[in-house]
Amino acid sequence: MEKAIKKFWPVFVIPTFAAFCIGFIWPFIQGLYLSFCRFTTISKATFNGVQNYQYIFTDASFLHAFWFTALFTVVSTVCINLAAFAIALALTRNIKGTNLFRSVFFMPNLIGGIVLGYIWNILLNCVLTLLGKPLLSLHAPYGFIGLVILMCWQQIGYMMIIYIAGIQSIPSDYLEAARIDGASERQILWKIKIPNVMPSITICLFLSLTNGFKLFDQNLALTGGDPAHNTEMLALNIYNTFYARSGPQWKGYGQAKAVLFCILVIAISLIQLRATRSKEVQQ
Amino acid sequence: MKKVLAIVLALVMCLSLSAAAFAGGETGSVYYLNFKPEVDETWKELAAKYTEETGVPVTISTAASNTYEETLMSEISKSNPPTLFQVNGPVGLANWKDYCLDLTDSDLIGELTSQDFALTEDGVVYGIGYVIESYGIITNKALLMKAGYTVEDIQSFADLKKVAEDITARKDELGFAAFASTGMESSSDWRFKTHLANLPIYFEYQDEGITSTDAIKGTYLDNYKDIFDLYINNSTCDPAELSSKTGADAESEFINGEAVFFQNGSWEYPNLTADGAFTDDDLAMIPIYIGVGDEANQGLCTGCENYWCVNAEADEADIQATLDFMKWVVTSELGTTTLANDMGFVIPFKGAVESPNVFVKQDNEMTAAGKTPVSWNFTTMPSEQWKNDLGSALTAYAAGTGDWDAVVSAFVDGWATEYQLANG
Repeated sequence: MEKAIKKFWPVFVIPTFAAFCIGFIWPFIQGLYLSFCRFTTISKATFNGVQNYQYIFTDASFLHAFWFTALFTVVSTVCINLAAFAIALALTRNIKGTNLFRSVFFMPNLIGGIVLGYIWNILLNCVLTLLGKPLLSLHAPYGFIGLVILMCWQQIGYMMIIYIAGIQSIPSDYLEAARIDGASERQILWKIKIPNVMPSITICLFLSLTNGFKLFDQNLALTGGDPAHNTEMLALNIYNTFYARSGPQWKGYGQAKAVLFCILVIAISLIQLRATRSKEVQQ
Repeated sequence: MKKVLAIVLALVMCLSLSAAAFAGGETGSVYYLNFKPEVDETWKELAAKYTEETGVPVTISTAASNTYEETLMSEISKSNPPTLFQVNGPVGLANWKDYCLDLTDSDLIGELTSQDFALTEDGVVYGIGYVIESYGIITNKALLMKAGYTVEDIQSFADLKKVAEDITARKDELGFAAFASTGMESSSDWRFKTHLANLPIYFEYQDEGITSTDAIKGTYLDNYKDIFDLYINNSTCDPAELSSKTGADAESEFINGEAVFFQNGSWEYPNLTADGAFTDDDLAMIPIYIGVGDEANQGLCTGCENYWCVNAEADEADIQATLDFMKWVVTSELGTTTLANDMGFVIPFKGAVESPNVFVKQDNEMTAAGKTPVSWNFTTMPSEQWKNDLGSALTAYAAGTGDWDAVVSAFVDGWATEYQLANG
């Protein structure tokens, strides 16, 4: 077996590695270069140094989008993971219809972001009209809450599946031993279940953090950044920088924002991974 | 079954291979990136007929609604870029000038009915307008009659206001409203943030004797407020709900007879007459009066925002093929009749065939009667961002969550900042 791997490893590694290079590494390098340029099309770019980066730090809308995104990410990550973990606990107790519930909760994840955004746009606007309140795209706090509700609805099912897998993989003798020793349900949860599902928590936090930061479709479809860019998140801000004005300098600004955004997302997820990894226990 | 599928696939592959081989020939080929999704099919049929006649392959591809800039950006850097594309006026040209062939000496210029339809910068022609359109307030004559008025009764903003407010007062008795909903949903708020906003800009330009500016004064913004107020307060729905209403909602309200007036353009004609919803006799388009200038002689808003540009980076043979194709489209009988009858276009070329579009006919009648068409100055709006910000301020104003000062600020201050940002 090992001999075969030694002999054939290129067959397994090279296609994936090539795809990674073509689809990620090369475009990333090209993008990095373009962030130092003025351009209309990528084949005709002129180098202009760090001007694009200088501009970003004077752009108030980018900073606003950053704080809005950060707030959204924190709130949605907490909501999604608490709810998903609670549902996962409930659905690992052998109650009737568990499989049906699992499928139903997972289903929203199968619908694309744009479609979900428009569906929730209609739904929430109807509710707001009935209540006589301003609609989503008129009042930034409602837009924010709307986004959180939408993301929770979409993501909870997915995270729930990961948590269920985590809970089910806890060896049953741990739980049995704890019960014999007289541990309460609360103690079992905090001392045994949570430490043992730490790997799942790491993954779920990672996914919901990065999803929150990178959110685009749902933002575009639900509020479109209205009112007056108040609910515009980073990805949408970059998109608008790129396309909403003509002139070659805007493509460069957009590109520079995108590079900064990418570094930011990578940095935040690395910190998070390190922080939660350190809490994982060996079974 | 599998065998059949395999054979079909193989055939398709052969066909596309041979087409590719053919396209690489010496004759050159044409690739048109079309802007208007509603006429995509018709362009493809016309292109097929051209290929049959001359042997020059023509590819037509259409960008999805609202994504033309994005599509053009990615298509033009490919190895087989579009040879023919379009820009939407001076602001669009700023983006694409490097790619636009100098058309000053092309045959097509001589075919234009007026040199106003050439898009020039510093005396060089970069684009050629290929379709003229008009917009105004589309009126359902039968409903207007039911309310006790005729189109002739509306000759000024004061008349329009009187009629609209009378209809609103009797809304329950009549069973319809004056205006179809002023949909401010971001996909279709261009009817108000672009088209309606053209009027105060037009009158200001007229006053100042200019055709573009780096800072708008907003002299006629009060009139802009008057007409917008009239629209939202005499409409089918509560102004607070407008942010979720689309242009399609307004269109269906108009077709269902829920409203008398509907602000839109001559391009709506095929939609309104499809399936016999309306006949030509039911429809009229009246100018958008805002209570400024010589209203008795004000015509429809007529102009052009679609300019053909030829890709200067394309192969010599392809450029020639493209110029020949453009000329054929606007001079040959087949080309002109297809453009007029099947696409409903009015083209500003000498060989144009009269269009059956009732709104276009009306525009011609008004011009013949000595009325002055309102030109399309919205092509000089500084950026998409400016339009979006104005749209968002208007929506907030309509719903009561924002005030008119914010609209004024988006209009006037926004213009100056956006102009700086776009041209700085």
